[in-house]
Amino acid sequence: MSAHTSIIGQGIDRLDGRLKVTGGARYSAEHPVPRLAQAVIVQSTIASGTVVAIDDSLARSLPGVLLIMTHLNAPRLPMPKQEAGTPAAKPAPLLQDATVKYNGQPVAVVVADTLEHARHAAQRLKIRYAAAPAVLGMQAAKKTLTTPPPRRPGEKTDATRGNAVGAFSQAAVRLDAMYTTPIETHNAMEPHATIAAWHGDELTLWDSSQNISGVQKTAARIFGIAPEKIRVLCPFLGGGFGSKGSAWTHVMLTAMAARLAGTPVKLALERTQMFGPVGSRPMTEQRMRVGASRDGSLKALMHDTVSSNSFVLDFSEPSTTITRSLYATETLQTTQRMATMNVGAHTYTRAPGEASGSFALECAIDEMAYQLKMDPIALRLQNHADRDAEKNLPFSSKSLRECYRVGAEKFGWSRRTPEPRSMRAGRMLVGWGMATATYPANRDAAKASALIRADGTALVRCGTHDLGTGTYTIMTQIAAEALGLPVAKVRFELGDTLQPESPGAGGSKTTASVGPAVHEAARAARAKLVAMAVGDRASPLSGLAPDAVDVVDGWLIDRQRPERREPMVTVIARHGGAAVEAFSEARPGDEKKQYAMHSFGAVFVEVHVDPDLGTIRVPRVVGVYGIGKLMNEKTGHSQLMGGIVWGIGMGLLEKTEMDWRTGRAVNANLADYHVPVNADIGSIDVSVVEEDDPHINVLGAKGIGEIGIVGVAAALSNAVYHATGKRVRDLPITLDKLI
Amino acid sequence: MQSMFYERARDRAHALTLGQQAGARYIGGGTNLLDLVKGDVEHPAQLVDISRIGLDAIVETAGGGLLLGAMARNSDTANHPLVRQRYPLLSQALLSGASPQLRNMASIGGNLMQRPRCGYFTDVAFDMCNKRMPGSGCGAREGFNRMHAILGHSPSCIAVNPSDMNVALAALDAKVVIASGSGERVVQLSEFHRLPGSTPQIETVLQPGDMIVAVELPASPFALHAHYLKVRDRASYAFALVSVAAALDIDAGIVRGARIAVGGVAHKPWRLAAAEAALVGKPLSQQSAAMAAALLTAGARGFRDNTFKIKLAQKAVVRALLLAEGRA
Repeated sequence: MSAHTSIIGQGIDRLDGRLKVTGGARYSAEHPVPRLAQAVIVQSTIASGTVVAIDDSLARSLPGVLLIMTHLNAPRLPMPKQEAGTPAAKPAPLLQDATVKYNGQPVAVVVADTLEHARHAAQRLKIRYAAAPAVLGMQAAKKTLTTPPPRRPGEKTDATRGNAVGAFSQAAVRLDAMYTTPIETHNAMEPHATIAAWHGDELTLWDSSQNISGVQKTAARIFGIAPEKIRVLCPFLGGGFGSKGSAWTHVMLTAMAARLAGTPVKLALERTQMFGPVGSRPMTEQRMRVGASRDGSLKALMHDTVSSNSFVLDFSEPSTTITRSLYATETLQTTQRMATMNVGAHTYTRAPGEASGSFALECAIDEMAYQLKMDPIALRLQNHADRDAEKNLPFSSKSLRECYRVGAEKFGWSRRTPEPRSMRAGRMLVGWGMATATYPANRDAAKASALIRADGTALVRCGTHDLGTGTYTIMTQIAAEALGLPVAKVRFELGDTLQPESPGAGGSKTTASVGPAVHEAARAARAKLVAMAVGDRASPLSGLAPDAVDVVDGWLIDRQRPERREPMVTVIARHGGAAVEAFSEARPGDEKKQYAMHSFGAVFVEVHVDPDLGTIRVPRVVGVYGIGKLMNEKTGHSQLMGGIVWGIGMGLLEKTEMDWRTGRAVNANLADYHVPVNADIGSIDVSVVEEDDPHINVLGAKGIGEIGIVGVAAALSNAVYHATGKRVRDLPITLDKLI
Repeated sequence: MQSMFYERARDRAHALTLGQQAGARYIGGGTNLLDLVKGDVEHPAQLVDISRIGLDAIVETAGGGLLLGAMARNSDTANHPLVRQRYPLLSQALLSGASPQLRNMASIGGNLMQRPRCGYFTDVAFDMCNKRMPGSGCGAREGFNRMHAILGHSPSCIAVNPSDMNVALAALDAKVVIASGSGERVVQLSEFHRLPGSTPQIETVLQPGDMIVAVELPASPFALHAHYLKVRDRASYAFALVSVAAALDIDAGIVRGARIAVGGVAHKPWRLAAAEAALVGKPLSQQSAAMAAALLTAGARGFRDNTFKIKLAQKAVVRALLLAEGRA
């Protein structure tokens, strides 16, 4: 990069902020489409069985009703029945038969001229079921465990290094404990919404999606048409957290209804409809067995996870992944199983695996620290993994020791008295706890284009996503830096499958995947411009080697003799005024064969627990992360902070309460499903340590989408133990578990 | 939701006339009723909007009390200088409920009429709820019942009254002023809400066509020593697991009068005269507060998920009393 102050990293305001706060940002349900009809889904009220009769005589007669689509009249789809694949590739049942696999499954779609008419008719549709025995709850589902496939080709579902069972039985200090986490529902602020419009055999979908090209491909497969005939748009998202990475049932049903109704159709889910049909984090039961010598060296680490699964599609919460490489241990054994039941599909939820797995692992390490009478940071340092033992590779960079050190210093950890109930603030019991955070640094192939126009502005495009995290802003910064233009002269566009293709926004990989593509396209466009200048006798830069030319603030400059310069616009004008365009396709190389790549961090929390009432407050959190380079200090800190906030929700509040007789959520609304409100959040001090990782990608960015949530629930449980002497191993830590 | 008629009443007489129609319901802020209508739980044929008939005043009564108009907004009431001065308990309770946006809409009369938040009641996909479908059974008894009653419940229903305001009003000996075609009558707040018994669908003593016009607060000796304690999972915007409105009249260190109402534990705010009497005639102490708490919760019985509420209610009563006295 050039010598001037880098645009990348600066904490500039998010460029779409004004649009969002003034209502100018158009979300998926808000696109004006002529002749748009409104659809409402009707959901099953049993968990297992079949639809045996549908009486739509009343519903059909109601005003405004255009279509009632059920399995009896839904278009038959060419999609292969048993399609293997991830949630992103396989939507739940699509009205192809009468089978019901979970309570809340869409069994009909009602389309009407207005939302009120559609909703009224939907409520008057009479559906009769033949209920079949359902598998509901962990106890019932655990009777038949299945093993999920490995997460990636070449990996193994279970890990074994050495004789862990033997080493555990002979270890001087042992812990054998069960930790559980409940079903968590993402609850993005913007409910899922789709508008579908057919023009002949071409389909346009405005879909609230963090994976537009994935939706495009899945829809193409399901409808048996070429992907090029489907355009998916999503310029703005109100959160996704993994729940918008899939082509869910309602997306396809909207397109099917639009085809049958012969008019564009909009379907926006209600909040209650987000509990089931659009994914959730599986519940887990995690048995941790940890054995150590008296000096604290880990001899055995065993982690056995059972996570709930649906009959709709297979998804496992890979909680054991984190345990396989976070600590140096002599022996290791992990197993990962699924207990399948009649619930809505599970899917990726922020830090899938690491969020739930770190709760078990990092609580277990804390419990061991108490048994060993060691400081929990000292125990972690003693077992610090200098290499990735799972992959048998060195880390491309790892600043975990620095995160512990800086975090402890900022938090004041040295003032902690380890004895439970030993610290107080007035009446309140004070607890200090900490945990380690980690998340893999992922990257996929991505494409981008960059166009420099005659007026000196640039348009850079990639069909990626901004979930509210700042993609618009940081990609503009990356492009501006690479082009040699100020931010104000660069426009970045995303959220349209007509743009160069991007991977879905998941796995903390948008920056690492799209960033290099944007950088490369911008660099290529700039190189074209430089070549035009140095090859032009009329240019003051004529004859220079291209790499002797800097481009800064729209000027091409001779690095040795900076007075020799000319503006970009002059170069373009001299060449006929045609815009200069370049494309890129950036993909990871073989660096993952040489290095293990992870972000790391340390999170410290303080809790105040009321000794009588059991209420828990979190006045402060300190999180320190080694995540390579931040692309924007402001949006980056906000994203890490958002992860911590959700971690507080996961630790203290969130649980989808199921009625296990019916398989139906009882708290399917935001009044009863508790996510943190402002009053729950105290001071959150987020920082990143200097980390220069030359191996990871051209930007040195590891991705920050998930790591913020990792470890927070464990740190809270550890703090609550320190405060009260009570070890809560079942999330969420609510006051009834303390009184 | 089905189609329904909406009419804005011109004045009280007009409202009462409209309210006589079959299936008519009065609507104030609509923060609860409209949700239930959309969810297909309530099916009014006619909404009678009483928000513009002058029922929003808060005025002093001759005896030193206050008359709160049925349409006085929760936020306006909580922040009214006379309410804050004479009934800080009510102000605290109102401000602990819902969110600022909801409080700006919600009315005093509507708050009295809040329906339970039991998931088996509010989700029509559940086929057991004696409130929605008398005789269908209670889904919560053997289901998810963490938020449910430990006192005064019946085999038919274990739902709780969700209001914070009602708990404070119960402790303040408020009265509900009700208008009907045949004139006005006044009902003690403690008599206004019913226990579920075998007819949990009937939650108040209101008859069809009755309209709440005001809540009357008698002059209170409790302004100096009152505290509303709300124990909940989330720091704000959450219903109470247990709440306590505690009010003491203390003279020279001796408790002369006491009021304790507990919310989140029953189908109505829970008061017990014997528990209050046990505090009178002596200084408040940890022991006397614990004695009152034990009396109040005598006979409490929990279910699978909510037995913790018994202990929590006892601890909360003690804490609220100590805070009311100014000690804790």
